[in-house]
Amino acid sequence: MGDLLEIRDLHLEFVSLRGVVKALDGVNLTVREREILGLVGESGCGKTVTGFAVLGLLPRQQARVTSGEIRFRGENLLAKSDEEMQLIRGKVISMVFQDPLASLNPVFTIGEQITRVIRTHKRVSAKEAREATKRALAATGLPTTDTILDSYPHQLSGGMRQRACMAMAISCGSPLLIADEPTTALDVTIQSQILQLLLDLRRELGVAQILITHNVGVAAQTTDRVAVMYAGTVVEQGRTSDVMKHPRHPYTIALYECLPHGKKAGELATIPGSVPDLIDPPTGCRFHPRCKYAMDRCIDEKPLPTPVSGEHWVSCHYVADRVATDQAAVTA
Amino acid sequence: MSLLSVENLTVHFKVRRGLSKKSMLVVHAVDDVTFGVDAGETLALVGESGSGKTTVAEAMLQLNKPTSGRVCFEDRSVTDLSAKERRAMKRRVQIVFQDPYSSLDPRMTVHDLVAEPLRALGRMSGKELEERVVSLLEMVGLGTQHLWRRSHEFSGGQCQRIAIARAIALEPDVVVLDEPTSALDVSVLARILVLLHELKERLGLSYLLVAHDLAVVESVADKVAVMYLGKIVEEGPATELFSRPRHPYTVALLASVPSPDPEQRSRLGVLPGDVPSAVDPPAGCRFHPRCAYRLDICSQTAPEMLQAPGGTRRACHLPLETLPVAKGLEDRHAMFESVALAEPAPAFGEGAETAAAVMRGEAIDPEDVPRDREGLD
Amino acid sequence: MASSIPAQTSSGFLADWRLRHQARLSETRHSVRIFFKDKLAVVGLAFIVFVVMVAIFAPVVAPYPDQGRGKSNLKERLHPPSAQYPFGNDNLGRDVLSRVIYGTRISLTVAAAVAVGVILIGVPLGGIAGYFGGWIDEVIMRVTDLILAFPSLILAMALVAISGPGLRNVAIALVITWWPWYARLVRGISVSLRQRPYVKAARTMGVRSHKIIWSHILPNAVGPVIVQLTLDIGTVILAVAGLSFIGLGAQPPTPDLGLMISEGRLYILSQWWMAVFAGLAIFMLVLAFNFVGDGLRDVLDPRTRR
Repeated sequence: MGDLLEIRDLHLEFVSLRGVVKALDGVNLTVREREILGLVGESGCGKTVTGFAVLGLLPRQQARVTSGEIRFRGENLLAKSDEEMQLIRGKVISMVFQDPLASLNPVFTIGEQITRVIRTHKRVSAKEAREATKRALAATGLPTTDTILDSYPHQLSGGMRQRACMAMAISCGSPLLIADEPTTALDVTIQSQILQLLLDLRRELGVAQILITHNVGVAAQTTDRVAVMYAGTVVEQGRTSDVMKHPRHPYTIALYECLPHGKKAGELATIPGSVPDLIDPPTGCRFHPRCKYAMDRCIDEKPLPTPVSGEHWVSCHYVADRVATDQAAVTA
Repeated sequence: MSLLSVENLTVHFKVRRGLSKKSMLVVHAVDDVTFGVDAGETLALVGESGSGKTTVAEAMLQLNKPTSGRVCFEDRSVTDLSAKERRAMKRRVQIVFQDPYSSLDPRMTVHDLVAEPLRALGRMSGKELEERVVSLLEMVGLGTQHLWRRSHEFSGGQCQRIAIARAIALEPDVVVLDEPTSALDVSVLARILVLLHELKERLGLSYLLVAHDLAVVESVADKVAVMYLGKIVEEGPATELFSRPRHPYTVALLASVPSPDPEQRSRLGVLPGDVPSAVDPPAGCRFHPRCAYRLDICSQTAPEMLQAPGGTRRACHLPLETLPVAKGLEDRHAMFESVALAEPAPAFGEGAETAAAVMRGEAIDPEDVPRDREGLD
Repeated sequence: MASSIPAQTSSGFLADWRLRHQARLSETRHSVRIFFKDKLAVVGLAFIVFVVMVAIFAPVVAPYPDQGRGKSNLKERLHPPSAQYPFGNDNLGRDVLSRVIYGTRISLTVAAAVAVGVILIGVPLGGIAGYFGGWIDEVIMRVTDLILAFPSLILAMALVAISGPGLRNVAIALVITWWPWYARLVRGISVSLRQRPYVKAARTMGVRSHKIIWSHILPNAVGPVIVQLTLDIGTVILAVAGLSFIGLGAQPPTPDLGLMISEGRLYILSQWWMAVFAGLAIFMLVLAFNFVGDGLRDVLDPRTRR
């Protein structure tokens, strides 16, 4: 299975009133065919920005890619014009957002919106488009009755709206779906249904996915591989079972210690300090001010991704040193 | 004797859909709910959209008018008091809202925000007021340098602290925490929970935690009451409820929580369908259309709230033995393996759109209608 | 617990005040910066400031203040603009420039009076209607509906016709005609704000209703109200002029701009200066207020900010 999407050393800046926000500082990611990659991190870490950058949805005046590549099946998406990207959006790479109510146009019915997407990308008759819409709705677990097709978004519940958004996203058979916090606004039992739906879409339709979330549990249950982001870089990446059972990056470890799952209120750990201001981020490793393993090197030098085992990569000097010593011990 | 309790609380909202009186719809937000928060304990009110948990909390804060039933403080009914006494009662129950930014007036400085309750009910002013404001901020970990700034200059976690400082200003007995951590990141959430824990110990507070995040609930609550469509389905000590849920909805809820341990595969999609409309709730047991274990009687008669082992109460027709049992915490996910899957319920019912509209606060009727979690602020 | 509030010394007082109001000060600075980005608004503001200054110091600035106020100068009737009389003389020989200066003074005064009246009546009523809802809302809204059902100028004319001509009655009539718009505006804001968590929080803290309306709801209405007001002032000025034009407003010899146009109407083809300068004054004043209103909208409208 080849790489469907590869993001290589992506650096991205935003121009704002207060200064230049260095939002992405060298993001490295790969998504393979039929794979679900989790992009996990807290607010401000750049996960949503990364998702938007893939589809070229960032405002061109304010957002600048200063270096790096985004390759989809070998083609560099950053080199494409907006018209070329329009052909890709919805057809080759689709996106689903956090707030289904805001993603759907309130004055058009569900049927109208999905048919419009289909007819934008494929030359089909209205009747065929309607059939295709029904198939898309069926794939996302919605009834294919006329009632649904002729419903307006506000007439559906939150879970159904999110399914409708997903139906819209897969309606043209995109091999890659980017889901940006698709369940954050939903109740836990509905979230559970939608997560099952994501897995079903992968199994039945072969849709690869990037699942952006701040909820570690959601990532743990749905993804094959996961990338943990902090302040604009990927700090740890690998198979979900490796990263979550054996976290190596100090941030990932600290994040796990903060989770309330199975701990009493008095036992919760916290991470000292706060998320850095990306206009004036820390030098070297952006996590160093809050890291208990910080060394002098961490202030000067940005750590590069180092393999820890198999596909498990970590961007940390401390971990890299430990790996080097272990390897030295083995070869000695 | 409970510190703060509700007895047979019923709250219905009227929604006018057209001009005539005939098109009046009634939203059965809360129906015959009875429970209490004891001194020094944290009781979690758990439920999803449409469960009525926020409405119950608001009733306890005198933010809405119950259709029937009572809100009691130390067994004295609040509704029986005069307007003046009711106002004085407000200082004993305070609230911290879910969204830290919208719960603080963006035009007010931190100082004025924390001083507001002190000026209103605390009747403080001058030096005494200033000193109290500073000490409250110190208690939540903020300093005098923050006094004169506005909320938009702070992070979500800091705003939540300001809201907490404001809530404890009048030295309440009970603080209602309305999903205090759902708008926060994991690392920030942890700090807020630690702070709330410290304050509880230090100030002898009791908490009513309205929440849907069961991981937080399990970590913080002493007692849990699970609500579905306006009724309590199960209530009891947290340890008991989490290790041995005795209602199919509680089981489904617990099974749906995604575990951060990838090797513990949660059962996804255990509970199909959506919450039905509160305008036209299902007959009999309100959960029966989605229940995998439903019996014939469930669609005809509403179950009564009865005592069950382990100090719990439950409202369910099912004999206890039918439900899966876990022998311990490790066993929990194995327990969920055996949970049956219900047939998907019909997509949406009559009046779903009305209820959804009401929940989003679009009621034409000028009466106060609260937003439930479905609302996307 | 040590109190960290510094003692207020005389030198520390200003520093302390600045500290306490730092948020408001920095926001004002930010607002001013945004406003100044709109060049037209700046020009408009400058013009208005200029006119206001001239109006205030009319007795000093006007070359012939008595004539401005109405004293005739029959020797120089209908003279065209000249060195001594830059705007010419009207049919009673009075200096048109001085008349225009005093005229704008009147226009601004009446407009200000109407503005104050409209705000004092409309804003609180709107806030109360929106916050309490129920029958209070119904009653107030029906009253506004009633008034708004009439075309505003016709209603004003009718009210003045009933009560008798004169600028005072014009002002009163305009206040009656205009306050419903603001009540509506503020009511809408009030309704949307009363569900906000911070208003609910204030209620739980025992803050009384009138204080909630005053501290939480009305401050958020200030922005839209001011924007609406600056845009409306132009209309008010025109309305006053219009009513004076048809004889219902200012009476001679008052130097009202509308009256001047009316008086100059007969001479417009030959001694155009009688009417045209007055008309120009109205035009520029209204235009300036519109520019400023647009500029203020960028500053104060919460949707276009941040």
